Amino acid sequence: MNVVTPFEGIGASVKRKEDLRFLSGRGQYTDDINRPGQAHAYILRSPHAHARIKGVDTAAAAAMPGVAAIYTSADLAAIGGIPCGWQIHNKDGTPMAEPKHPVLAEGKVRHVGDPVAVVVAETRQQARDAAEHIHVDYEVLPASVTMAQAQAPGAPAVHDDNPSNLCYDWHIGDKAATDAAFAAAAHTVVFETTNNRLVPNAMEPRAAIGDYDTTTGEHTLYTTSQNPHVIRLLMGAFVLQIPESKLRVVAPDVGGGFGSKIYHYAEEAIVTWAAAKLGRPVKWTADRSESFMSDAHGRDHISRAELALDAEGKFLGLRVHTQANMGAYLSTFAPCVPTYLYATLLAGVYSTPAIYAEVKAVFTNTVPVDAYRGAGRPEATYLLERLVDVAAKQTGFDKVELRRRNFIPTDAFPYQTPVALQYDSGDYFSTLEQALETAGWATFEQRRAEAKARGRLRGIGISTYLEACGIAPSAVVGSLGARAGLYEVGTIRVHPTGSVTVLTGTHSHGQGHETTFAQLIADKLGVSIANVDIVHGDTAKIPFGMGTYGSRSLAVGGSAMDKAMDKIIAKGKRIAAHLMEASVEDVEFERGTFRVAGTDKTKSLTDISLAAYVPHNYPIDEIEPGLEETAFYDPKNFTYPGGCHIAEVEIEIETGEVRMVNFTAVDDVGRVINPMIVEGQVQGGVAQGIGQALLEGCVYDSHGQLISASMMDYTMPRADDLAPVSVATHTTLCTHNPLGVKGCGEVGAIGSPPAVINAVVDALRDYDISHVEMPATQEKIWSIIHGKR
Amino acid sequence: MPQVSLTVNGKQHTVEVEGRTLLVELLREKLRLTGTHVGCDTSQCGACVVHVDGESVKSCTTLAVMCDGASVTTIEGLAKPDGTLHPMQEAFREYHALQCGFCTPGMVMSAVDLVAKNPQGLSEKEIREGLEGNLCRCTGYHNIVKAIAAAQDVMHGKRETVAAAAE
Amino acid sequence: MYDFAYHKPSSVADAVKLLAADPDAKAVSGGHTLLPALKHRLNKPSSLVDLSGIAEMRGVRREGNALIIGALTRHHEVANSEEVKSAIPALAYMAQHIGDQQVRNRGTLGGSVSNNDPAADYPAAVLGLGATIHTSKRKIAADDFFLGMFTTALEHDEILVAVEFPIPEKAGYAKMRNPASRYVMAGAFVSKGPKGVRVAINGAAACVFRQSEMEAALSSNWSADAVAGIKQPADDLNSDIHGSAEYRAHLVTVMAKRAVAAAG
Repeated sequence: MNVVTPFEGIGASVKRKEDLRFLSGRGQYTDDINRPGQAHAYILRSPHAHARIKGVDTAAAAAMPGVAAIYTSADLAAIGGIPCGWQIHNKDGTPMAEPKHPVLAEGKVRHVGDPVAVVVAETRQQARDAAEHIHVDYEVLPASVTMAQAQAPGAPAVHDDNPSNLCYDWHIGDKAATDAAFAAAAHTVVFETTNNRLVPNAMEPRAAIGDYDTTTGEHTLYTTSQNPHVIRLLMGAFVLQIPESKLRVVAPDVGGGFGSKIYHYAEEAIVTWAAAKLGRPVKWTADRSESFMSDAHGRDHISRAELALDAEGKFLGLRVHTQANMGAYLSTFAPCVPTYLYATLLAGVYSTPAIYAEVKAVFTNTVPVDAYRGAGRPEATYLLERLVDVAAKQTGFDKVELRRRNFIPTDAFPYQTPVALQYDSGDYFSTLEQALETAGWATFEQRRAEAKARGRLRGIGISTYLEACGIAPSAVVGSLGARAGLYEVGTIRVHPTGSVTVLTGTHSHGQGHETTFAQLIADKLGVSIANVDIVHGDTAKIPFGMGTYGSRSLAVGGSAMDKAMDKIIAKGKRIAAHLMEASVEDVEFERGTFRVAGTDKTKSLTDISLAAYVPHNYPIDEIEPGLEETAFYDPKNFTYPGGCHIAEVEIEIETGEVRMVNFTAVDDVGRVINPMIVEGQVQGGVAQGIGQALLEGCVYDSHGQLISASMMDYTMPRADDLAPVSVATHTTLCTHNPLGVKGCGEVGAIGSPPAVINAVVDALRDYDISHVEMPATQEKIWSIIHGKR
Repeated sequence: MPQVSLTVNGKQHTVEVEGRTLLVELLREKLRLTGTHVGCDTSQCGACVVHVDGESVKSCTTLAVMCDGASVTTIEGLAKPDGTLHPMQEAFREYHALQCGFCTPGMVMSAVDLVAKNPQGLSEKEIREGLEGNLCRCTGYHNIVKAIAAAQDVMHGKRETVAAAAE
Repeated sequence: MYDFAYHKPSSVADAVKLLAADPDAKAVSGGHTLLPALKHRLNKPSSLVDLSGIAEMRGVRREGNALIIGALTRHHEVANSEEVKSAIPALAYMAQHIGDQQVRNRGTLGGSVSNNDPAADYPAAVLGLGATIHTSKRKIAADDFFLGMFTTALEHDEILVAVEFPIPEKAGYAKMRNPASRYVMAGAFVSKGPKGVRVAINGAAACVFRQSEMEAALSSNWSADAVAGIKQPADDLNSDIHGSAEYRAHLVTVMAKRAVAAAG
């Protein structure tokens, strides 16, 4: 798909502008930054899942070489806790339980990895050396490790003032209508599953550097963040009480995020606070082992789903009960993930008329759980797409036909679901047919027979999915409990000679914004991408922004740029009209050229920008000099990418090993700006989805010790675990944003897990099973084949 | 403190280190060559791979003192002095084999050694197996495999450019 | 990592002296097993004795019906040695499949064997071929060398200098890797030669061990079928999140079968 068109605007597979610096080692990630005189922080973390802190003795450690300071929660008494950005209300209208999340543990530790003390020293090694001499007197308490344990009568309370360990008990949909649908059903199908807890593991571990200018009182935080303005807001307003004007947050090159770098973390507040306290920069960089116990984890649901069908296989109703693990504290977006990013997706691509979902969020003595690539939508899609396969098997309908029969018709858009969302566009039939064709669905049985002859069980699995991204209209998310708006900001600065600098509130950490966004500018303003620079990740440079997550950068951030370009063009037309002595209404603009309609009188964008900055011949009484415009774009709706994923696997009978042999993705991501980058995003998302389905699983033991605590034990997908992924797109345009784009960052991770598990279950069709839980590890499969279950 | 003399990207350095200083710490902290990254602490991820005396090595699992007298090449030293990219770097760009860029330096350095050690040429499967020591979380590896396949043809003199190999 | 003194002797005698002088000293060569442990502060040696400068401990040579491989020989060198490939191809194959490319470029025979990680590859080859360990003091038969998890017959001031591998008629190796760490979850090195029929199992238990039932079966019938029906008792096997003892027991049989098939 590496088609390079001579044009570098929308639709061209332009090579990435950012690649040269990354390929030559000149990227600048947070840990690459060193500030003059900087000290190093090491965080002493809890080795226990749950313990009371009876005392902390830092005297011996303080005397160690190189130690500048040691801090515990007593030193932080004046600062606030880490805020949660989303408030969910219970069924009865009361707000969710929202326990304090202290920066350093106060009185109790609540998960392995909970930060207890900070050592600041001249070197990282010295800080760590000294930390070993801090004596923490723990009274180890029994832990609520699983959600079942946490909800049992008399369970250890993660937070002493909340003995139920319940964060919220929430619901959505029409219960009575759903009950009625079940009463009238010809078939009912039940499916229960656990959506496995994952550790995000972006390749760059988190890092943070605090800096403080004693003369101006200005704080600077360099951090591995997907959204520096959000961090400034949360940390400045709620934790450290620093006004925005005195707090600069810089998120330089960031080595992957996948959600885990959205949240405001304790370490950011610690280094910012300590730098001011000590009057010198303080740097912290996580070891990978630390990442495992301090980065927010993902997924971790236990669900029961019931589907009611009529005699013809039409879905009549869907009932879902889900328990969602919050971990020990509420991470920034945690409460909205299993509610508004999950239950609202349960209609999927189907016209199910009645849906009712209940979600209980539970505190446990584990690392906090929050959004990870897909965030709620992979959990919903997995539940639904496995349920449909189970239903097909139970009722005897063909699994493809059953899906087709229940698709929302292509002419039914906009389509209002029973769970709040209104889909603007989609064409699930086309993506399905295209994927079936590409994957060779019709000829699969031949491949299965051929594999059998080699001692392998071959299976094929399908998932027809949809997701909601481009989050989202501020008024809507506000009514649902968000404590922030979710608009985006773009500034277009046309310089005197016509080159362009774009300031965006989104953040690129692998998505290639420096290229894609430049293509938007090239396409509309006619400026070569070589002359367009995209600036992001610095609150001192960018007016404002909400950052990058939920596949929103193009749909929301790109739309803001588009709106700002409209303003540039409008002003440019007025200047052009003056220069060409025409009326503004008669000036047209297309890709860099202003023209008086119907004439050959033209002015280039450069003519206009030069006139704007050197306003000698200029309507100075009517128009301000300069050519720079800012737009805030608040989306009108979510966007709804969707499509069809088909996985083909082979199982080694003797050992239970599952091998990916083929994967087909046909996705509708709206208008495609850079096909090469879209393909890369889908491939990467699918790899994470395959990882969840076959390899990855976060495991705690019964005491709350993290067993999968390093890459020695947590299976990260490697090159030889994966197979080539065929990626294609089929476009229907988003109807409510100016670019017609939907978003492609998460579709791979959302659509793929059920396709893979459906394939595994299909491969095992000769064995008496209806389901295999993720991850479908080789021992699990071997146990099924050899009857050891 | 022990002293280490070594050549890095063609330049001679003599540096004081602790016994426990890792090669990657010497490169990043003493020489400020921050292109070499640290992505794990269990020698699994390969973000730290550099060449020591021509062979790929995990610099997070090598003591600086062990490299006394050695010649080290990092990602910063892979291109020609005039800035012309190594075919492997060129291929990574051509095939969109990088996204966030964090694993990229180690991935490229590993790939260069992998191809150099296998002049007979590698199949797709062999390339995948050859990348066992390098993790990438962004790309799903597919484009990395394609890039290496294209670069090996150039490195083995079978093609002029990676773009030609892309045909 | 805790700090330590660093020494780089150029002879075995000097290395032995350095180790004898410091009861908390550790020998190191490639460092690929020791350094990860040191980084996690699981070990606190006061000094490291780097053996990599000792020329007499390098290289592969054939003496009569044996290959003698210096302890400092790296996995990559063993994998690509023409001598090894022609005399004991299974050994070259095994070396080619240790860890990853970077581990093979640095890791050494001596380091792997003297560390005796239960999930390492080399101990299976040493035991499975009935090799003899040459140390700075003596020669030790493989059967007497591997004593338990991370424990060998080596004394503190004794250095593994070389391993003498008798050249077998046939030998083969197969392993199942732990999907996360890629260390051995269960492996089998089988051989038939001057030391009789030997089956060494690694990865599955706390220490590499010989599977005598399989050896007996193969002695009378050298074929994969001969071991296919032999079940390894699961009682003393390792168990973790990637493989229970029962699964490992099953894999032992499968790997033994595959190793015999590979041996031909």
